[in-house]
Amino acid sequence: MREAAEEADSPPSLMSEDDAGSGGSSGERWTADLRGAGNGGGARPAAPPDQVLENVLESVLEFLTAARDRNAASLVRRSWYRAEARTRRELFVGNCYAVSPRRAAERFGGGGGGGSVRSVVLKGKPRFADFSLVPYGWGAHVSPWVAAMGPAYPRLERIFLKRMTVSDDDLGLIAQSFPQLKELSMVCCDGFSTLGLAVIAERCRHLRVLDLIEDYIEDEEDELVDWISKFPQSNTSLESLVFDCVGVPFNFEALEALVARSPSLRRLCVNHHVSVEQLRHLMARAPQLTHLGTGAFRSEAAPGDGGMSMSELSASFMASRSITSLSGFREVNPEYLPAIYPVCANLTSLNFSFANVTAEELLPVIRQCHKLRTFWVLDTVGDEGLRAVAETCSDLRELRVFPLDATEDSEGSVSDIGLQAISEGCRKLESILYFCQRMTNAAVIAMSKNCPDLVVFRLCIMGRHRPDRITGEPMDDGFGAIVMNCKKLTRLAVSGLLTDKAFEYIGKYGKLIKTLSLAFSGNSDMSLQYLFEGCTRLNKLEVRDSPFSDKGLLSGLDYFYNMRFLWMNSCKLTMSGCREVAQRMPNLVVEVMGDQSDDGEETEIIDKLYLYRSLAGPRSDAPSFVKIL
Amino acid sequence: MEGGVGYADNCLKATELRLGLPGTSSDDHHLRGKKRAAADDNNASAADEHDAVEAAPPAAKAQVVGWPPVRSYRKSCFQAAAAKTSKPTAVTTTNKVDEPIISKNSAAPAPAAASLVKVSMDGAPYLRKIDLRMYKGYRELREALEAMFSGAAAEVNPSEFAITYQDKDGDLMLVGDVPFDMFTSTCKKLRIMKRSEATGLGSPRQMN
Repeated sequence: MREAAEEADSPPSLMSEDDAGSGGSSGERWTADLRGAGNGGGARPAAPPDQVLENVLESVLEFLTAARDRNAASLVRRSWYRAEARTRRELFVGNCYAVSPRRAAERFGGGGGGGSVRSVVLKGKPRFADFSLVPYGWGAHVSPWVAAMGPAYPRLERIFLKRMTVSDDDLGLIAQSFPQLKELSMVCCDGFSTLGLAVIAERCRHLRVLDLIEDYIEDEEDELVDWISKFPQSNTSLESLVFDCVGVPFNFEALEALVARSPSLRRLCVNHHVSVEQLRHLMARAPQLTHLGTGAFRSEAAPGDGGMSMSELSASFMASRSITSLSGFREVNPEYLPAIYPVCANLTSLNFSFANVTAEELLPVIRQCHKLRTFWVLDTVGDEGLRAVAETCSDLRELRVFPLDATEDSEGSVSDIGLQAISEGCRKLESILYFCQRMTNAAVIAMSKNCPDLVVFRLCIMGRHRPDRITGEPMDDGFGAIVMNCKKLTRLAVSGLLTDKAFEYIGKYGKLIKTLSLAFSGNSDMSLQYLFEGCTRLNKLEVRDSPFSDKGLLSGLDYFYNMRFLWMNSCKLTMSGCREVAQRMPNLVVEVMGDQSDDGEETEIIDKLYLYRSLAGPRSDAPSFVKIL
Repeated sequence: MEGGVGYADNCLKATELRLGLPGTSSDDHHLRGKKRAAADDNNASAADEHDAVEAAPPAAKAQVVGWPPVRSYRKSCFQAAAAKTSKPTAVTTTNKVDEPIISKNSAAPAPAAASLVKVSMDGAPYLRKIDLRMYKGYRELREALEAMFSGAAAEVNPSEFAITYQDKDGDLMLVGDVPFDMFTSTCKKLRIMKRSEATGLGSPRQMN
């Protein structure tokens, strides 16, 4: 009885509560001393030596933090299983439908008083939901989880939710069920409004972290609640308050007062309703900030109407010597950019991805950011801007270049030239996300050789099926080089004109790849077959608009239990093919959407397939547009 | 090949009154047709590796949902910014009501806006929202609403409640009187109230 969705990628069928000590081989290295001391302690009632053994075991297990290791330890024997269950501190559920909430809560809730679980991570919708591919109301409701965990984990301190639907009701129940709650982070969630935020602010008296990141807030202008005012009036324990995605206006005076009485505050990210004048006030109240989300970064006054001067703003930054991370700049007035110079030398993270700035405006800033490790930027800075980054930021680990104009036919302001420059200057690069319209195999190959530490390589050539812009060849060789040369690669997203050859390379060399995204790629089902057979660590596969049929889908049958999920939309899958998968794989849930024609009759070709391993069986909350086979 | 929203769209078109020969449509299923064309061409050339160039995308490409893969959150931020004057942006005092950064439709499939309506139930403290286009008919809608509010009013018998809606003109109507597609296009807000309070609304035929 083990959560299928935990980090360890073993299929459900291997889970066992048996005493047979043959559970995962990695369990064996733990048995050396402890097991020898006993007499197979699991089956007999606890005699003193066994009790000591279990106590010692629990103390040792406290040091095991990685879910993978804990899962292995829990397989050794029943007593280890129990001991591990009692001491697990974080429950990680990578797919909320892979296990029932009740079962998960029971598994780790032992020992009265809620066991030792202090932290829960829950992930819901498939990632393509971010791109409007999953209709509203699909699911991933947090309600049953809160209902199950409330009684089981009353001492829960940390909740992390990603792509879950969270209602104001749910937030109310969370506040009520977990009086010790210290951290609430919601990323890409939806379903709640400022009403729910008000409840959290008011009732979670020990709150240290409230991070709202790219959530969709359900607010109408006439329904706004002044949630900022609801935080405790005494000094708070707030360390992090991130709400730039809460796009509605808020009570600024209340925020300023809140910041003033939150001496531990280190991270503050405000929304775009904050002007530089207001930002100054906030910075004055919290000179100890390390992470600052700067809001609009423009004056509240009309241009030429006497707004705050740049040097006044600069004084604020001079006084904030602890800042290492900046973001925001939502409506940036470039004239204010020099104000951040005083902190540039210490910056390790800079998010300009909402700042429409040119290379010329970027240069004087980036030239001072020698310590930068994370940089997010818009393609408006062009290849020239990226060259400047390459020249200065030799310690860069993560780069994301987003398109200002996210359409297929856009001009595209960065190209292979920028990528090449980055590869030459930022040799320690580990993660890159790059949107462009023009790319060459040569630049990608160069990056594969110059940046051997790459763990994440996501290249999005926005125009569909675009070949190498110089040779006219498919982009197979470029991606082939990436998988060949970047031996630590675990996440890959491909684009451009790609034939089956690219996937042959990926299958052959991409042995560590866990997450793979493809769109408009490949010629035939061989591509899928290469991937399933070759990428032994494949955990998440997302495919769209590619010419793969049931044959390709079925070539994955032996591998689906090793994966968290497979998503395919707009390919050439049929109901029969999907049904066959569902029939042959009892521990998979196979969801299909878009299988109806105009007159409500079932069509053969389906639009969206989402399949995932699960111990819980078909979910009962599927809306009518989802068919579970 | 389109998802749920496209389906609902097509239903609506079926009930649309229009001049023209039956079987013609002014709004073709661009995405469906063109995607298939591209896919079929690719399949045909599977055997030949180097010439296995993908079929050149059709000349007049329809925008595809969710491509390029930029999060709707990010896209809507720039839409909102573009709606304002060009930088440096014009005066807005900070607590003035701006267009929200998250546009209401960013959670819905891009081409056809989701038909999100608020649902309130007498006695339940919080509002819900649903997308009417996800339901094929009244029965499904009712089942969904019952499921949604069963927590809030667990002891209450569903048949004690009537489902009403506010239409475009602001009138309160009983759900179920008009064809479903007409209902989805005119409904602005749903309200579940005690049946006793709903007397005088609509026709004797109740939603079953």
